[in-house]
Amino acid sequence: MEMLSKKATCKSHGQDSSYFLGWQEYEKNPFNEDTNPLGIIQMGLAENQLSFDLLESWLARNPDATMFGSNGGSIFKELALFQDYHGLQTFKTELVEFMAEIRRNKVRFDPQKLVLTAGATSANETLMFCLAEPGEAFLIPTPYYPGFDRDLKWRTGVKIVPIHCSSLNGFRITKAALDEAYDEALKLNLRVKGVFITNPSNPLGTTMNQDEFNHVISFAVSKNIHIVSDEIYAGTVFDSSKFTSIIEAIMDRTLEKTDIWSRIHVVSSLSKDLGLPGFRIGMIYSNNETLIAAATKMSSFGLVSSQTQYLLSKLLGDKKFTRHYIQENQRRLKKRQQVLVSGLQSYGIPCLKSNAGLFCWVDMRNLLSSNAFEAEMELWKKILYEVGLNISPGSSCHCTEPGWFRVCFANMSQETLNLSIHRLQAFVTSNGDGNYQNQKLSTRISRRNSLVVS
Amino acid sequence: MEFSLKNEQQQLLSKMATNDGHGENSPYFDGWKAYDSDPYHPTRNPNGVIQMGLAENQLCFDLIEEWVLNNPEASICTAEGANKFMEVAIYQDYHGLPEFRNAVARFMEKVRGDRVKFDPNRIVMSGGATGAHETLAFCLADPEDAFLVPTPYYPGFDRDLRWRTGMQLLPIVCRSSNDFKVTKESMEAAYQKAQEANIRVKGFLLNNPSNPLGTVLDRETLIDIVTFINDKNIHLICDEIYSATVFSQPEFISISEIIEHDVQCNRDLIHLVYSLSKDLGFPGFRVGILYSYNDAVVSCARKMSSFGLVSTQTQHLIASMLSDEAFMDKIISTSSERLAARHGLFTRGLAQVGIGTLKSSAGLYFWMDLRRLLRESTFEAEMELWRIIIHEVKLNVSPGLSFHCSEPGWFRVCFANMDDESVRVALRRIHKFVLVQGKATEPTTPKSRCGSSKLQLSLSFRRLDERVMGSHMMSPHSPMASPLVRAT
Repeated sequence: MEMLSKKATCKSHGQDSSYFLGWQEYEKNPFNEDTNPLGIIQMGLAENQLSFDLLESWLARNPDATMFGSNGGSIFKELALFQDYHGLQTFKTELVEFMAEIRRNKVRFDPQKLVLTAGATSANETLMFCLAEPGEAFLIPTPYYPGFDRDLKWRTGVKIVPIHCSSLNGFRITKAALDEAYDEALKLNLRVKGVFITNPSNPLGTTMNQDEFNHVISFAVSKNIHIVSDEIYAGTVFDSSKFTSIIEAIMDRTLEKTDIWSRIHVVSSLSKDLGLPGFRIGMIYSNNETLIAAATKMSSFGLVSSQTQYLLSKLLGDKKFTRHYIQENQRRLKKRQQVLVSGLQSYGIPCLKSNAGLFCWVDMRNLLSSNAFEAEMELWKKILYEVGLNISPGSSCHCTEPGWFRVCFANMSQETLNLSIHRLQAFVTSNGDGNYQNQKLSTRISRRNSLVVS
Repeated sequence: MEFSLKNEQQQLLSKMATNDGHGENSPYFDGWKAYDSDPYHPTRNPNGVIQMGLAENQLCFDLIEEWVLNNPEASICTAEGANKFMEVAIYQDYHGLPEFRNAVARFMEKVRGDRVKFDPNRIVMSGGATGAHETLAFCLADPEDAFLVPTPYYPGFDRDLRWRTGMQLLPIVCRSSNDFKVTKESMEAAYQKAQEANIRVKGFLLNNPSNPLGTVLDRETLIDIVTFINDKNIHLICDEIYSATVFSQPEFISISEIIEHDVQCNRDLIHLVYSLSKDLGFPGFRVGILYSYNDAVVSCARKMSSFGLVSTQTQHLIASMLSDEAFMDKIISTSSERLAARHGLFTRGLAQVGIGTLKSSAGLYFWMDLRRLLRESTFEAEMELWRIIIHEVKLNVSPGLSFHCSEPGWFRVCFANMDDESVRVALRRIHKFVLVQGKATEPTTPKSRCGSSKLQLSLSFRRLDERVMGSHMMSPHSPMASPLVRAT
């Protein structure tokens, strides 16, 4: 008898993907300015480290966050005992206001329709458990976040059918691509339960435009299926006016009194906006009461620590702070993105035009030895082991065209970003020679030079 | 209209989202609803329902709060701890902070009297013990596979192990005739029954110390269980969440000690579940621990822990607190003393009116024997009695049926989630109730039972009313608005 379950022995956890393998290599040889300057620079981790100083200074000004109530008495006990899966009401109230603020207050959220979960990872899985039977499918535009293969499919048994997007139109979702994906699902005998979008997109860094909303919404209406919108990067949009939440899009089309309203579900988290992935603060928002009731019960398997809910209720309750943070954070992200984009541009590496996210979608098709995924893997390995950068290959994001890479820019210092640009520059220059040995040598020399420069 | 709306939702959402697998539609939750709508408070609502269905440990918060005050660096939000803020806030590695794992492993060793060692690299985080159980079910069983579990057992297992996993739980029936001990015969019988029904048994689920019994398993029974699972080549999940709530003899023996010292067995079959929700009273912090002796399970469970990691803010606090070994020694011993005192107060108070309780040495509750108060020995009668206790005696206790007990008349009563005053009020109410019931079953008609469910207070018991204590103490604040989070 098999001692472990099928789920335990299959590969659906997705961790054999190059996305995660790159991380492992990084762990073995991590770059450190002082102790390991030749190590691998982590550019595969979409983290926001740009605005911690703002958080830290808030903490220094607000000792209340140490679990003492406003009357000075400790509320430690109350928090330690608080395990209600409806969550701390003050926290949820502040959280929905923060979410609204990020959306320019075009959308207002009701805290009763919010479910707290241990990260967006848990929120996404919970939604799949609630919306689909094992074997049913969700359509997802490619390229998409590699973690979805684990989060949406592993323990739920739900299938993903890709909506193929192409560089020819900037990877935008088209009606044809939606229809094609749906037909593919039918061919595979899979019942489609919904469309899963990430907006802003990971790995593209773009926000959905009105055409895309038109396509996706009409499609979901006509097929009578759900729309899940993972808006985890909403707070990383450089210019707020360019981001439209799915809820706003539905309201703009005056569909809130129709059926589709109860089939719209938003996922978010504080891991990217506020840069607090360790705190595991995720959420599901939906107008479907039955879904909210079920998801709330399921959240028992991954609640947010009450200690953390309390801290965040204080932080987010300081409206002056949040307004300033949102603006300043966006400004810094935009500036950082521009450094990377112009740095790459200067030696002929274009990036997809993006206006959000903690990464760029970089076009390295010109560096491929051939237009094939094997060539992409070859290039990826070179960049990982020879150039010393862990970037994420497009194939790990299910991109249909080889040669695209996701490169993160917000999880390191300015100096480290400059260094990584120099390293890549050196590689690109030498790669043009076409001679493998020369490339290796000149990369090393260039790397040493770039260290001197930086 | 309501039916078609429900039907529509069932079409729109998954079966899992619309079935009863969450377990919250059981009549058991009437008690919670009664409490929620009429909670006891010494001054504002002295006739309200006292919550005795919640297995929480509130007895040592004075010591813990003092520690938190004196150790500001344990919080990343204080001036002393803020330098760690960023490092902690960005750490999302599912291995967990090394200092957290080390501290938890060490604490678990301490609770077991240093009789065993735990490897911090086998410590896997989870969303409370709730998450740990579900994760193990996902790792060890396929849908339709079954685990055997001795009755009575914690109702939350039905949700945690079955709801989203499709696993089954099959009872190993235990009886009061031998104090609900697990026997070789009962294990074998349950296993055979499964075989006959063509159900694949993948493992055995044990809760030691037991919820709801409060008993610890003796060495012989533990050896029998390990031998049984080893022979059948099935897994053993041992939930030791109450391991530090032991307050008297006999002492707690962990499964880890049995496999270390007492019996050879395939260690790949052994998995522990733990949490800080009961021993330390931190259910809100969601510190669940899965510990497995099986490398493949550790690896798989660790990946699955992404769905329920412990907040690093909390990992940091816990690492700090648990590594203060002198403090933890003090907590363990003080908690034990206070639990013993509380337990004794209740059980002696009950004995005074002829109410027996199962002899126990652990847990935050006791197993109360109300069989002689049943109209007849049926579960219907148990539910009737229970409704009276909730609505008329105003105590939310948990009926044995909800724990899958095979015999009617047993109730679980929690005692560690309230202050001393509430204890006195609760005891007074029980005394009143029992004495009135007793009056109705006096020797004049030996076989008669209390036929009416309406209880009238008799004048001769007015003296009980006169023992009114001061009501200066705060009522137990139970912030739970919903009954089943870590259930009870």
